[in-house]
Amino acid sequence: MSTASLPGGRYRRKDIVVALCFLAPATAVFVMFGFYPLARTIWLSVAASDIFGNVTGFVGLDRYGDFFSDPALRRVLLVTLAFVVLTVLPTLLLGLFLALVLQARVPGIGFFRTLMATPFAFSAAAAAVVFDILYSPSVGLFNGLLDWAGLPVVEWLTDPATALPSLALVSVWRDLGYAMLVFSAGLQAIPESLFEAARTDGAGRWTLLWRIVLPLLSPTMFFLLVVSTISSLQTFGEINILTGGGPDGATTTLVYGLYQSAFAFGTSDYGLASVQAVVLLVLVMVITIIQFRLLQRKVFYG
Amino acid sequence: MRKASILAGLTLLLAVVIFPLYYTVAGSLMTQEDLTRFPPALFPTGLNWENFAGVLQAVPLARQYLNSIVVSLCVVAGILVTSVLAGYAFTFLHFPFRRFAFGLFLSTMMIPAEASIIPNYLTMADWGLVNTFPALILPFLASGFGTFMMRQFFMTFPREVYEAAKVEGCGHLRFLWSILVPLSRPALGTLAVYSFIGTYNHYFWPLLVTNTPSMQTLQIGLAQLNSVEERAPNLILAGVVMAIIPMLVMIYAFQRHIVRGLTTGAVK
Repeated sequence: MSTASLPGGRYRRKDIVVALCFLAPATAVFVMFGFYPLARTIWLSVAASDIFGNVTGFVGLDRYGDFFSDPALRRVLLVTLAFVVLTVLPTLLLGLFLALVLQARVPGIGFFRTLMATPFAFSAAAAAVVFDILYSPSVGLFNGLLDWAGLPVVEWLTDPATALPSLALVSVWRDLGYAMLVFSAGLQAIPESLFEAARTDGAGRWTLLWRIVLPLLSPTMFFLLVVSTISSLQTFGEINILTGGGPDGATTTLVYGLYQSAFAFGTSDYGLASVQAVVLLVLVMVITIIQFRLLQRKVFYG
Repeated sequence: MRKASILAGLTLLLAVVIFPLYYTVAGSLMTQEDLTRFPPALFPTGLNWENFAGVLQAVPLARQYLNSIVVSLCVVAGILVTSVLAGYAFTFLHFPFRRFAFGLFLSTMMIPAEASIIPNYLTMADWGLVNTFPALILPFLASGFGTFMMRQFFMTFPREVYEAAKVEGCGHLRFLWSILVPLSRPALGTLAVYSFIGTYNHYFWPLLVTNTPSMQTLQIGLAQLNSVEERAPNLILAGVVMAIIPMLVMIYAFQRHIVRGLTTGAVK
């Protein structure tokens, strides 16, 4: 990072004026729609408020107490954790697998890679809507195939046991191409000479993978782990379209719980919603800070 | 022989991965009977292009398309301007608290939009902007990521050219506009593609701040379509095909930009 400044640490007055003008537009947006609402969220989480969001009193950490002590409310944390595990692990493993397979030296491999990345074209809403049709209990293709194979049909989105994994599948499918592209970029950054040297030393395919590819890919993997975890924590569209948080709260994650407390069922419980928003914020910040720390300590760029 | 088996394996894998895409396209051309009979059809019995006309009648999808494009283009333009200006200040100008200010800009990347969505909604309600374009656009006009990206790119710019331009009496705006911006096209392109995709795909925020079909964006339109036309999956899938076309075009046309944007920070 460049920290160069003028000799003697003095500033040109004109530079300061120009800098202020250049930073003003972005700063205005960040303050108005980033920092101020963040402060207001924190304030709303420790206050009582009416349906217009006007604060009517200070309640301290009462709402946090409500959230963490009521098993029904606290459950969103477990659902969120389960959803993160169910989306991030498969996305990373399958993405890595696809990227490795797509390193094969066969004609048309670029074509395969591009096509594999196409699920990326689906927004959360588009993917959710398509899977809603595929998951349809009576006429959906998935149950059609199960029935054809002589297996019992599944209530994909309405059975509490399968609703969350079914949602996770939509996210995994959508993120797979992205993980594959990032892993491919990471793989291509590994110098060919390393492979040649290892092969000359008689290293087999698995040794190459475990001893060279995976260690050199660790920054990529870590980056994807962080990015996927954060985006998984923020999942909203799929839940809103496919399950609405149900059945019976089985798919109500933090973000969905926040939405329901604030905007659904006419409750307008901004206090409880803000508590969930703050918990989400803390989770994302902790993950990001760990990322910064680790990246500073252990950078293994190829 | 080995190559053939690799190709066969890849083809099988590809078939599984892009099956939902195939089903979307095939289904958009099927009849309602094809899709609702049991077991469901895998191939359309005919090419029912009228699904596309049908979906445009079911919801104001054309208008919502336009809304999404307008909003996305405005956000892209805004992000490019604010990011270039801020990136420039953080690269070429010396001013007090520069590191601190840059840290503050970067910290916006750590704030999940959902954490500030309630007050942002209240702000829009206070300003009477609910169900308007400004509500859909304003909060996204600056980007910490965009500023970071432009700064990273500007830092690779040869310092001597900047010094020479200064010596020649070239002002900041002129240097920025006539030298730096033309030379930054790759970075600008990446940022534009990245921001467009992000905005086009927004769901939570447009769901909150729009409440009439004619102001809703395409993504909300799809969700509405899904709930009102439950019995006509062929129409829904035709809507999805229309929604993903701009994205498919972007993916194929700008694959390089997308990979670069996505991997900023992952691989050097």
